[in-house]
Amino acid sequence: MSLTAKDKAFVKAFWGKISGQADAIGQEALGRMLIVYPQTKIYFSGWTDFSLDSPQVKKHGKTVMSAITDAVGKMDDLIGGMSSLSDLHATKFRIDPVNFKILSHNILVTLAVHFPTDFTAEVHVAVDKFLAAVSAALADKYR
Amino acid sequence: MVEWTDFERATIQDVFSKINYDVVGPQALARCLIVYPWTQRYFGNFGNLYNAAAIMGNPMVAAHGKTVLGGLDRAVKNMDDIKGTYAELSVLHSEKLHVDPDNFRLLADCLTIVVAAQMGAGFTPAVQAAFQKFIAVAVSALGRQYH
Repeated sequence: MSLTAKDKAFVKAFWGKISGQADAIGQEALGRMLIVYPQTKIYFSGWTDFSLDSPQVKKHGKTVMSAITDAVGKMDDLIGGMSSLSDLHATKFRIDPVNFKILSHNILVTLAVHFPTDFTAEVHVAVDKFLAAVSAALADKYR
Repeated sequence: MVEWTDFERATIQDVFSKINYDVVGPQALARCLIVYPWTQRYFGNFGNLYNAAAIMGNPMVAAHGKTVLGGLDRAVKNMDDIKGTYAELSVLHSEKLHVDPDNFRLLADCLTIVVAAQMGAGFTPAVQAAFQKFIAVAVSALGRQYH
């Protein structure tokens, strides 16, 4: 389900609105995921604090969301643009790709909570497709 | 049988008492038809589903959205036997409506997003967990009688 020109336009416009809060959104999305889908904690076995305002969640949420924001500028070639991140996830982290879908869902929930009027159905479908494309690019080198 | 904690029971009653079924139902169904357009296959006689604006304004979509929330309400009121409560509905969706049960998951995701938007900060991670567990049980019960 490839990104149309309309999808890319919706994603860019919406990201323009949310970019100031990107770090906080990343933190909350990650925090929600760890609480609502506790099995995802296995990837962070060294962490001591999985709460929403944990410094570990805050830092990692920012890392992940920054990479996603970066990907907004690479929508014309996500697989190429995310190649090194894909290598990292394939060889070092080896996160089962089903978890990309889970995190994506929690990003959508966080967006709905904080931007109820801007996160319209049309924005929703564009962002959902974008996150799916990012996830596919991230899993591209897995096998 | 599904085990519910006191927090989960209280949260489900609280969330469903706060949301307006006549708003949330229509919005969730419309969002599902827009975000997952292949779900439109079940609504061939609903008239104009040509674009997002048409879907959001379609009175048959709105009416059916309310019907769906009414169905969920039955599960809210019978949390200790959702499987039994939904047995007939499950047969209906399988034998008469021929709905792919994966579509229940898609609608459930859209409902979660709409409720999250309605509740804002009140939709905490703990509330989200309880809500998603309840919805997953309803979805499972709805697919139970498929064969």
